[in-house]
Amino acid sequence: MLSRHNPQLNANGELIHLLSIDGLPRDVMTHILDTAGTFLSVNDREVKKVPLLRGKSVFNLFFENSTRTRTTFEIAAKRLSADVINLDIARSSTAKGESLLDTIANLSAMHADMFVVRHSESGAPYLIARHCAPHVHVVNAGDGRHAHPTQGLLDMYAIRHYKRDFAQLSVAIVGDIVHSRVARSDIHALTTLGVPDIRAVGPRTLVPGDLGEMGVRVCHDMGEGIRGADVIIMLRLQNERMSGAMLPSAGEFSKTFGLTPAKLALAKADAIVMHPGPINRGVEIDSSVADGSHSVILPQVTFGIAVRMAVMSIIAGNEA
Amino acid sequence: MTTLSLDAEALYTELLSGVRSLVRPDTVLVGIWSGGAWLAERLHADLGLQGAAGVISSTLHRDDFSARGLAGGGDATRLPFSIDDAKILLIDDVLFTGRTIRAVVNELFDFGRPRSVDLAVLVDRGGRELPIQASFAAAKVTLPPEQRLTLARSPEGRFVFSFKAKP
Amino acid sequence: MRILITDGRVVDPASGRDERADVAIDAGRIVAIGRAAPDFEPARRIDASGCIVMPGLVDLAARLREPGREHEGMLESELKAAAAGGITSLVCLPDTEPPLDEPGLVEMLKFRARKMSSCRLFPLGALTRGLEGEVLTEMAKLSEAGCVGFSQADRPVRDTMVMLRAMQYAATFGHTVWLRPQDGWLGKGVAASGAVATRLGLSSVPVAAETVALHTIIELVRATGARVHLCRLSSSAGVALVRAAKAEGLPVTADVSVHSLHLTDDDIGYFNADMRLTPPLRQGADRDALRAALADGTIDALVSDHNPVDDDAKNLPFAEAEPGASAVELLLSLALKWGQEMGLGLPRTLARVTSDPVRVLGAGLGPLSASAGRLVEGGVADICVADPAATWQVTREALTSQGKHTPFDFAASGTALPGRVRATVLAGGMSFEAR
Repeated sequence: MLSRHNPQLNANGELIHLLSIDGLPRDVMTHILDTAGTFLSVNDREVKKVPLLRGKSVFNLFFENSTRTRTTFEIAAKRLSADVINLDIARSSTAKGESLLDTIANLSAMHADMFVVRHSESGAPYLIARHCAPHVHVVNAGDGRHAHPTQGLLDMYAIRHYKRDFAQLSVAIVGDIVHSRVARSDIHALTTLGVPDIRAVGPRTLVPGDLGEMGVRVCHDMGEGIRGADVIIMLRLQNERMSGAMLPSAGEFSKTFGLTPAKLALAKADAIVMHPGPINRGVEIDSSVADGSHSVILPQVTFGIAVRMAVMSIIAGNEA
Repeated sequence: MTTLSLDAEALYTELLSGVRSLVRPDTVLVGIWSGGAWLAERLHADLGLQGAAGVISSTLHRDDFSARGLAGGGDATRLPFSIDDAKILLIDDVLFTGRTIRAVVNELFDFGRPRSVDLAVLVDRGGRELPIQASFAAAKVTLPPEQRLTLARSPEGRFVFSFKAKP
Repeated sequence: MRILITDGRVVDPASGRDERADVAIDAGRIVAIGRAAPDFEPARRIDASGCIVMPGLVDLAARLREPGREHEGMLESELKAAAAGGITSLVCLPDTEPPLDEPGLVEMLKFRARKMSSCRLFPLGALTRGLEGEVLTEMAKLSEAGCVGFSQADRPVRDTMVMLRAMQYAATFGHTVWLRPQDGWLGKGVAASGAVATRLGLSSVPVAAETVALHTIIELVRATGARVHLCRLSSSAGVALVRAAKAEGLPVTADVSVHSLHLTDDDIGYFNADMRLTPPLRQGADRDALRAALADGTIDALVSDHNPVDDDAKNLPFAEAEPGASAVELLLSLALKWGQEMGLGLPRTLARVTSDPVRVLGAGLGPLSASAGRLVEGGVADICVADPAATWQVTREALTSQGKHTPFDFAASGTALPGRVRATVLAGGMSFEAR
């Protein structure tokens, strides 16, 4: 039908919302990463605050609980001197009171300038962006299985930091990809930045064949998937998978697709190991690997604050 | 309309002698990115000072963020010395409304509490919108507000002014 | 009342008639096609020059939302909407609240519809009590009350023994069983399996949900000889199974919705909840197979699959939004659009919304089956007059239905639809006239 304008960009192609990495132009992504670098150096100062978002209200709307993600967004917003309001809206069943759009309308009436939204349903931030006032910006902090764009961006920042040139890399993403918004965002970011070899690794129940259409090579064998990789991104295994008849047990997953030192040895000698957190020690990743010299899991968290500062300052500076 | 001709190199010579008289034994030079930083670098060398001049950017403290978004130079600030109790001499190419100096001073205070902050510029073009002054200016000129005056540096290191009408 | 419709292009797919002629109506019947008797004094003249004069449309699938979900639609609004769409006979599904498993409910529905004089209503009865899939309904009593067939709506019957018995029982009385081929477990997702659902992170419905159910149904048809109408085919694999079943001579018929005929999963775009439909929109190859199958008769009828949904139920994240769209007013336009795009003539195109649906209904229509869906002298005067060359934009204001959500909404699609209904005649009375 009608060609659709990407709702994340204004008429000048500038970023006004961050909803998904899918459809984000490469130069916009690079600009975010470069700006994150600036804020990384700010975060090393004694006075870590800059006044860019002073007087602005950032509302953290978490329909799905996540203390860690919410905290990093809160820190990022406060370092930009914004006022931060946290709303943990308990997600009950359909017998709840206010509809999503009513909640947004009420908060907009309280002069919110930016919504950082996490929701259990794919697409919820798009609905919000469609219905909020023109001057309000929306940042997707994770929607269902669809996207977690700030995580994708900070993962790219980490890769750029340690590996420099995307054009030569082999990146393996391992685990429950079909249910992972982080995996989708990483895949879109890697393809946009021109990474030539992206492997999606896991059992058929968690890594479906049609993932190939997103530009990845599907591998159902861990050894084949890891061999020669420069970057390994391990995903968290969620307990629900066992009850959905997708996996028999965490133990079996760990045996077949967990990252142990032996499996890590198949990757390049200077490979880096990443994980969006929180990690399940002994399930998808051995403690010795998570704490070892290849792991950049903790630096990812630091990069995450700088990337979120970059995203919020960029979108706040652009008009709808 | 009269065309104004400003010889940047000649003005630099004036600036050097003016700054020489302002500098004390413990003064540190901090150049404002990007034109001021070039000037401070050459001044620092010509004055035979120890260490290196600092560079400071106004980007993160500008007051036009809402209208213009984040400008470049955000990570240009390099202050390889302690700001606490320092005697700072800020160097800039063109002093106009005073807003850049205001932003730079705010950025400076994010790093510590200086003993004093002073300012020397190549050209003071008037048009102040804030109560800010330079202790020394190599030239004082008046220009129409829509005219932009910026300092450029050639690959060989020569300073030259460029005049542009604002879009 | 005497009505004379003049100068129209009379198209009657059943007889093959396609010519310029007048149509004279008296006391609810067509008294003449061609030249009216010279002493025929009409109370109303309708100038149909430039228009098609066709049988009133017969729509095999609509939900009117009464009883039970009046916030989404009322009998009155939805039947009026059907009339505005040129429809004179409408089949409604049994999943009202309460479901149509009691003769009294069916009689009440028929009675109220008759009084409104907008559209003939032919309810499908529930196949099992409460649509629970366990106990059979009193099909003989329900059919006496006016049910034209028996259906589970979208509720699966997981117990295959119950399904077998239901089909055997229905076959005893010659009733048709109307089934949506969708496996209860495989069909739980919100979007069709494929690159779009994967990219958008939406739970998916594999093609197997349709084909597994089709295989089961076809096997049971072989075993019981029951007549089955397959509702809302959505895939090319499904089409292939139906084609093979028909080639074998099995008593199956099939329909497709206007949505599956024109749209694909790409149209979901940025999670447009107006595209949240069941069955879910599949890929281009499936759409092409459905279009070809409707053309060659493998699929017998085109239906609106009218499911009005209110704003509150659509302004939600995609997976939470209620599936459905208002479509009775778009049925003719979307049939014409398909016919034009496929290069079929008007008679073949219009057959799929007139004479073919009547053939599917068969004996269920009773004495009406002789003349519903066709224009025949002496037959009922159910007629639609439409301007095929006019176009219209589907906007909230343009829709009569209480539900304003449709994928063909002009604001989203930017495309106007072909064909405008000018007048609808029901049993010789005006059920709709365009302003």
